Amino acid sequence: MKISMIVNGQSHAIELTDEYTPLLWVIRDILGLKGTKFGCGKAACGACTLHVDGEAVRSCSYPVKFAEGKQITTIEGLGNAENPHPVQQAWIEEIVPQCGYCQPGFMMATAALLNKIPNPTDEDIDNNIINVCRCGTYYRMRKAIHKAADKQNAINEINEPTKA
Amino acid sequence: MAGFVLASIYKPIETAYTSTPVNEQENRQNTDVAFHKMMDVLTHPRCLNCHPSDNVPKQGEDSHPHHFDIARGESHKGFEATKCATCHQSENNPYSSAPGSPHWSLAPHSMRWQGLDRFEIAKSMMDTERNGGRSPEEIKKHLTEDDLVLWAWEPGTNIKGEPRELPPVSKKEFISAVEAWFESGHTIPSK
Ligand code: FES
Ligand code: FES
Repeated sequence: MKISMIVNGQSHAIELTDEYTPLLWVIRDILGLKGTKFGCGKAACGACTLHVDGEAVRSCSYPVKFAEGKQITTIEGLGNAENPHPVQQAWIEEIVPQCGYCQPGFMMATAALLNKIPNPTDEDIDNNIINVCRCGTYYRMRKAIHKAADKQNAINEINEPTKA
Repeated sequence: MAGFVLASIYKPIETAYTSTPVNEQENRQNTDVAFHKMMDVLTHPRCLNCHPSDNVPKQGEDSHPHHFDIARGESHKGFEATKCATCHQSENNPYSSAPGSPHWSLAPHSMRWQGLDRFEIAKSMMDTERNGGRSPEEIKKHLTEDDLVLWAWEPGTNIKGEPRELPPVSKKEFISAVEAWFESGHTIPSK
């Protein structure tokens, strides 16, 4: 079977025999995008979080057949070194990562959260950012999430200034 | 002459009991059997886990609170960015074991069943104030046709790869019992 999808703005048509292949394997092993990580394979840790049509999805638990015709964004497509996404920028400034393994999943989950709630409270963060970090960087992440929200709101304000 | 005397002293014995015609008695028995068969399913964790009384979905045969502090959210489908569909798709996942079905979600809070007995659950289910304004016909349809209800008989495997427990009555028997109970007037027997 052939699955067509757009990953980080690029179209791909992928031949597969098993339509239940996790999207994570396709992203990492076929498309070679290694930023999205495998942690548990059981939809429990969030290391594999990416966006499907703008929604946070745990790609280890997402059969590739559901990606047909959809827009996928991975950490590589969120931003890059020259033009980082506000979440990536805040992560750098707060020096969040320790080993780094869980971080792409957290950043993708945060980017999805800020699209839904531009000014998340600590409670919103507790509810929505439930990935697992074995290094325990949660404290720095919380600071980075608030900072990312401020950065993103500032950018939005420049792009769409509220009419006085 | 003797017949006349007997007739004049005969008085019926006073009693509150009124005999029920055999047919009616049999019908009532059948309705009660159908009711209990239906409720054996509706009181099983496969159903109750998604009808919580505290906004927290339950998991497993022991109905433990859903891991990761997941809760109902405003839409009954989780929080704003991390929602049921972050992990649960429209089918069971054979690799991650995350269960799935179309419109995977919690029953609204008005339909909370956990902690109620089977009679109270049945009352709640038939009460339009609590059942989302559904008519008996609509409830029957929900019980016998809804994908999420029927998922109970195709619950997939748990995280250890073991099959999840099925309700104690087969799908076919359950559907027949539901139809029989509704067709006979959906009377809830007394406790
Ligand atoms: S690897 Fe997907 S949630 Fe852990
Ligand atoms: S930084 Fe090491 S697991 Fe999160």
